[in-house]
Amino acid sequence: MAISGNLLTVLLFFPLVGVLAIMLLSKDDHPWIRRISLLVGIVEFLLSFLPVWAISPGTAGYKLEVFHQWIATPAINYHLGVDGISIFLVHLITLLTPIGILASWNDVKHRVKEFHIMLLLLEVGVIGIFLSLDLFLFFLFWEFGLIPLAFLIGIWGHERRIYAAIKFILYTMGGSIFMLVGMIWLYNKTGTFDLPALQALVHSGALTLTPGAEMLLFLSFFVAFAIKVPLFPFHTWLPDAHTEAPTAGSVDLAGVLLKTGAYGLIRICLPLFPDAARRAAPYVAVLAIISIIYGALVALVQPNLKRLVAYSSVSHMGFVVLGIFAFTNVALQGAVFLMIAHGISTGALFLLVGMLYERRHTFEISEFGGLVKPMPRYAAFFLFAALSSLGLPLLNGFVGEFLVLIGTYQAHWKWAAWAATGVILSACYLLWAYQRVFFGEITQAKNRDLPDVNPREKWVLVAMCFFMVWLGVHTRFFTLRFAASCQEILMQMNRNVMHEVALPGVIAYPAGTAALNSTAISMERPR
Amino acid sequence: MIPRTPDILGVLPELIWCGFGVFLMLLQPFLKNRQALTFFAMLGASLGTLSTFFAGSGIGFGGLVMFDTYSLFFHWLVGLVSFLVILSADSYLQREGLDSAEFYALILFATAGMGVLASAQELLTAFIGLEMSSISSYILAGYRRDSIKSSESAMKYFLLGSFATAFFLYGIALVYGVTGSTALGKLADADPSSTLLHLGLTLILVGLGFKVAAAPFQVWTPDVYEGAPTPVTALFSAGPKAAAFALLLRIFATVHAATTYWFWAFWVLAALTMFVGNLGAVVQSNVKRLLAYSSIAHAGYILVAMASVTTLAADERLGPIGAYAAVLFYLLSYSLVSVGAFTIVSELGGRGERYLTIDDLAGLATRQPFTAATLAIFLLSLLGLPITAGFLGKLYIFTAALNSNLYWLAVLMAINSVIGAYYYFRVIVVMYMHEYKGPLPADAPTGLSATALMVVAVTVIATIYLGLWPNQILSLLTSQNPMLTAR
Repeated sequence: MAISGNLLTVLLFFPLVGVLAIMLLSKDDHPWIRRISLLVGIVEFLLSFLPVWAISPGTAGYKLEVFHQWIATPAINYHLGVDGISIFLVHLITLLTPIGILASWNDVKHRVKEFHIMLLLLEVGVIGIFLSLDLFLFFLFWEFGLIPLAFLIGIWGHERRIYAAIKFILYTMGGSIFMLVGMIWLYNKTGTFDLPALQALVHSGALTLTPGAEMLLFLSFFVAFAIKVPLFPFHTWLPDAHTEAPTAGSVDLAGVLLKTGAYGLIRICLPLFPDAARRAAPYVAVLAIISIIYGALVALVQPNLKRLVAYSSVSHMGFVVLGIFAFTNVALQGAVFLMIAHGISTGALFLLVGMLYERRHTFEISEFGGLVKPMPRYAAFFLFAALSSLGLPLLNGFVGEFLVLIGTYQAHWKWAAWAATGVILSACYLLWAYQRVFFGEITQAKNRDLPDVNPREKWVLVAMCFFMVWLGVHTRFFTLRFAASCQEILMQMNRNVMHEVALPGVIAYPAGTAALNSTAISMERPR
Repeated sequence: MIPRTPDILGVLPELIWCGFGVFLMLLQPFLKNRQALTFFAMLGASLGTLSTFFAGSGIGFGGLVMFDTYSLFFHWLVGLVSFLVILSADSYLQREGLDSAEFYALILFATAGMGVLASAQELLTAFIGLEMSSISSYILAGYRRDSIKSSESAMKYFLLGSFATAFFLYGIALVYGVTGSTALGKLADADPSSTLLHLGLTLILVGLGFKVAAAPFQVWTPDVYEGAPTPVTALFSAGPKAAAFALLLRIFATVHAATTYWFWAFWVLAALTMFVGNLGAVVQSNVKRLLAYSSIAHAGYILVAMASVTTLAADERLGPIGAYAAVLFYLLSYSLVSVGAFTIVSELGGRGERYLTIDDLAGLATRQPFTAATLAIFLLSLLGLPITAGFLGKLYIFTAALNSNLYWLAVLMAINSVIGAYYYFRVIVVMYMHEYKGPLPADAPTGLSATALMVVAVTVIATIYLGLWPNQILSLLTSQNPMLTAR
């Protein structure tokens, strides 16, 4: 009991043990700094599997809650909890952190100590975002995660790193300060920051806001999240930040940081401001569709490989937002699944691009060509990651996009039709880029004897490919656990409904991916 | 009138501060040991602060001063600030080869003046306190006699400062003309619709607005802050500002005529001050000037809470306690951070304060990791990032502003916070992400002196502590309505 009572606290703060250990080491002791941070990362990854046992398939609600009073006025509590949606996002960061450490084993050579401290601090911040059940605590970790990532970009990034770091900070701060104002406004109305309490207040109809006020509150949160996602007009920080960040930074940024925005939409915007969300949905959907198509089109014409992957993130995250704002269970499940899937496949793509950069110190596609000859294994891994990203069935990307499209189709077939073009476009830009980089004649003499993946890189990529296949094939393991939570979110959007008894159809899934999809279609759409 | 014991006890801290000031002046011809003088000065500052435990609680000198929870808080604040400033000045005075006895004496006199400001119940007493702190400050600003900048700073401060005190005095005269009294208690009953009373209060507001560096009365701030010796700048940004806010809050929260009609004045002052401070700071290349503009900006944030006080004081249901607490907490957190940051700047300036541009900070993180980390913590607190005192301070002000329906002001403050994020973060970027261009000068400072280290340690720990566990301080600030007895 004592262990389960504090499990989330341990999970949240364990990387700090690594930070302390690294701080005690001499700053030139690079091997041990790397080993300790890798060890801490792996232990944290294993730790993060413990909460999964608490989440039995088909049940919603927060588990393993930790609650302590913290600040008396305003009432801020240390309230953690985990449910089917957040647990897998926690896995994503605990997986990508050790992967990032391994990927930068030889890449990062100066200020190694600070680099690993920042990576572990970032891990704490991101886990905190996903585990917080207190709005204020959420905001605290939201801001806390910003600083290490800005340092990662600004110190260990590429040429225009400082510009990118400042742009990143200002965009996210600009969004989050309005979120803070919205939060305080909400607190003044309700007297609590506690997320379950607020959800109950909204759901029971005890808290009624005028449509105008609700829309303003919704927007104050939405803009912060939309910047982080990033949704179309707010996306301009992303290509710079991604391109300039070091490989581990890009992996964490694309893999997890973008998901914090989408997670905020699901966890806060939908349940707390349901009516405003419904009214805003058509506009948000338009922005999401623009993101999908615009991101893909820009990716298509990128001469820079890393920027191409960055813009592909804009496109994929558009799917996530579309899935969230379709308000159907299937689409929401698809959005959650796509968040995890995109973290893995885009993370892998950034790792691969980073490996290429280590060898050639350039991201320009025109510098490459015919790489399949000197680097056959690398080319195979790249193809695998690209196919997973563009949504090949049996790999992770397919399931997410497919569920989003089906779920959206149930609600608004036109949205789904527009979004589906993104699937085609993603095949275009990824395969075309693949063709230009790996096939054809070797145009540059330098490329003729590039070394293929070394064992360290190989095992990192094998791990990523394993998860791509696992997510794609054994989808049920994941959907079973977050389906009920997704249903719960949508139920909370309906006021004055006894949602505890109204959870039909989500508990029993027939086995297998294909079967899942067929039941998914037949599942009832909430009114 | 012969003072009785309660009268004496009511001004005990001031008496001790002044007494030690005089004692140090007398000691100067006989004692050449700088450390001993520093010790006596610190002893005086701390004894004065600790004597608040014995200070009477109640009205002294027939209603001229009152020692309540509110003035207790400010006595602690200014006492702590001057203690830290004396400690951080020790190595500075040695480096610059300046006499220390006078310096410490002036700081103690200024502190006593600020103490009087905090407990004054009558406008002329407040004026005396204001003059005590101002005149000491003028001399302190010019303490580096052979530096042109320092003299310019003192001259500017003196001229504009006297101008402002004159406004303050005219204001008192007009108020007296209308009400026939200068006691705050009597003012509370004055006819709130009198035009002359409004004019008088406006002039008082202008005078105090100068002292807290509110726009458009802020013009002196960057020059004076830049020219004054850095420990003195630390004092200016924390002590007199807090004391002037103490009086401002007392007047405008207790005097009925002032409370009800002054909402827009504070609204405009707050908005203007925030924008002038933040936009000014964006273009600075000198760290001291940057912090000076940032100090203007923070005065603007506190004025937002003042605007909220004027709204809430009229509201029976909510009451202004939350907004008071916001002002006091913000002053506390800002003062600590400001003293800490200026102490670091003072140490980094080197002999003659030569290395004060932002570019001089380049690569500080690799040269002096501890200094860079602490300065970064201070900047992040100024920026308002969680787990620092500055964040909670900002949170309370936002809460107060939204509580009193000042939505637009809250939005303006949010915009300003983002502008602030830019220039604070720029300094952090330079420290952590830039390399020092060219070879490092031989006389560039290599580390913090022991005394500065103590100041920095205290302020950093306090900043984080207040950011993580503010409960105790807050209950002190909110449990008793500090204005209860004044009303």
